[in-house]
Amino acid sequence: MLVPLTLVAITVLILIDSWPALTTFGLSYFTTTEWDPVKLVFGAAAYVYGTLVTTVIAVLLATPVAVGAAIYLTEFAPRPVRAPVAYTIELLAYIPSIVYGLWAIFVMVPVMRSVVEPGLQGTLGQLPVIGKLFSGTPIGLDLLSGGVVLAIMILPILMAVSREVLLAVPPTQREAMIGLGATRWEAVSRAVLPYARPGIIGGAVLGVARAFGETMAVTMVVGNSSRDITGSLFVPGYTMASAIANQFVEADSELYFSAIVEIALVLLFVAVLVNAVARALIRRSIADRPAGAVV
Amino acid sequence: MKKPLIASILAFATLLAACGGSPPAATGTPGTTASAASADPCGVPVKGKCPTEAQNVTGAGATFPGPLYTKWIDQYNQLTGVQINYQAVGSGGGIKSFTDKTVDFGASDVPLTDAQFDAIAGGLYMVPMALGSVVPTYNVPNVTATIKFSPEALAGIYLEQIKKWNDPKITAENPGVTLPDLAITTVHRSDGSGTTGVFTDYLSKISPEWKTKVGSATSVNWPGGVGGSGNAGVAGAVKNQPGTIGYVELIYAIQNKLGYGVVKNAAGKYVDASLDSTTKAADAFVSPDFGNLKGQQAKLSITNSANADAWPISTFTFLLLPKDFSDKAKGLAILRFAWYGTHEGQSFAKDLGYAPLPSAVQKAAEDVLKTITSGGAKLLKVNS
Repeated sequence: MLVPLTLVAITVLILIDSWPALTTFGLSYFTTTEWDPVKLVFGAAAYVYGTLVTTVIAVLLATPVAVGAAIYLTEFAPRPVRAPVAYTIELLAYIPSIVYGLWAIFVMVPVMRSVVEPGLQGTLGQLPVIGKLFSGTPIGLDLLSGGVVLAIMILPILMAVSREVLLAVPPTQREAMIGLGATRWEAVSRAVLPYARPGIIGGAVLGVARAFGETMAVTMVVGNSSRDITGSLFVPGYTMASAIANQFVEADSELYFSAIVEIALVLLFVAVLVNAVARALIRRSIADRPAGAVV
Repeated sequence: MKKPLIASILAFATLLAACGGSPPAATGTPGTTASAASADPCGVPVKGKCPTEAQNVTGAGATFPGPLYTKWIDQYNQLTGVQINYQAVGSGGGIKSFTDKTVDFGASDVPLTDAQFDAIAGGLYMVPMALGSVVPTYNVPNVTATIKFSPEALAGIYLEQIKKWNDPKITAENPGVTLPDLAITTVHRSDGSGTTGVFTDYLSKISPEWKTKVGSATSVNWPGGVGGSGNAGVAGAVKNQPGTIGYVELIYAIQNKLGYGVVKNAAGKYVDASLDSTTKAADAFVSPDFGNLKGQQAKLSITNSANADAWPISTFTFLLLPKDFSDKAKGLAILRFAWYGTHEGQSFAKDLGYAPLPSAVQKAAEDVLKTITSGGAKLLKVNS
């Protein structure tokens, strides 16, 4: 009883505090990028954009790695290594995000700037259309770096969920496929993975939720600049959570403060929505299927 | 201004945490001497314990003077046994907590806005406590000489109009220095900060375009560049990335051995940034009517000082005190502490990287402290 009440209380508080911004800016809050604490004009489009872009990069990079690791650990790895390796990957989830941030700023950013980003510019950057993503001077503190840090941070939860879902696939699924003469890989790709797909998607959605709210590590590498949206990944960006963390303390006028609380409102709304979707997908995968069903 | 609910709750929570976690007051070392016997023990200069002052006082505000205030608090505690909690939450946070009355005193590096003055019931005084300054730091490969910046060049760089290090506006001021054909990336503070307040206040004074396009505040809408969190974030970005320019507090640059550039001051001279040239910036300070600061905030700003030996990007850091304390005992403790800080405390300033107040400003601070009342009666008694 207490928990839902807390959620309601938080929502009400945030609504009250964000009311001045909600009524002053209305929809333009989501469609404009001008965020000017001096002139008191606030549009959060650049923050929303930065959050979406870093999250998409993170999920695109982390999902194949996480699912691959989960498949290896449940289907192919020698039994004695399965638990220790899985445990080690899950351990990544317990590293404080500030530590990821420090590592990123001292180790990852220099590599991104001097190796990865020039490399991308020299290859994919030469292609039409896609090339636009990689235009500009590589500075390492940009949307791409933010996305890569997030990818590393959501990897453990994605891997853990995928592994649980794969373990929950009834052995009869594999046995039936192998009994039909399939190789192990065919059994995995044709019987196990389709069965587990909703759960894996659920894990990815949970990763999205984590990426949305992640603050410290991203703030340290994303560049924190809400310039116009250019379409390139090599420009400094800003995420919603970073904007709150950076500006909350010094928000010295009512409207400014309220505009920042409105970011929190959007984040809360998205987090609840994403979690609900993820839960529904995972439940469908694990519980609702009768044992032994063949897809 | 309506009290933001979340802010109040958070401030209250941190207050509780701070109170709960504070170390017990140091006992012993009574500073009282026989010679002070005839003087009022609660008067100033502070010589020892005062039976009628509060034993626990809380303040919050600017991070920049944090180390200095901590030193004063420790010294004052040894003298009087009074425990002062100062939370370095940032200038904006200090103003907010002071307005919400969740702390007994506030602190800020930047003057309050008109709206902020209006929000404070009963009015307040801003008392200058020490001085600090901001310096440009940069990373230009293969340049060992100190780069000189004219005000126009600095504003042009941060307006993203000067895009290369070998732009004529920069090279003209640096004869004999070969500057590379390298793109400039500007770095600014991403968190709201008094440092940004001072820097943008300076740019607003020397560039009309900056004033209309961007303006000055603890957070502004930067024309471009990269944001780093804290002095460390800015310095880190500059250190790692060739072609960058950023701004940090002078003490941060000195303590971390960062190279920094020089900026031409209002008299047209290039003066090295130092504690002395920072104090010089306050020499031209004309004391405003401290009892009626609203609308006179510009007078509290000492950027672009007219003094020929001044570092142009300098600032006061202020304590925020109510004009009339509702709690007499707390008021007395705070005023005695502020007196201690602006007098004996100034001797610690240089060692900690702060510029001490010039004597004229110290006198102005004295006058303000003597004016403050509780229930209409003046609080501070000066022992001769």
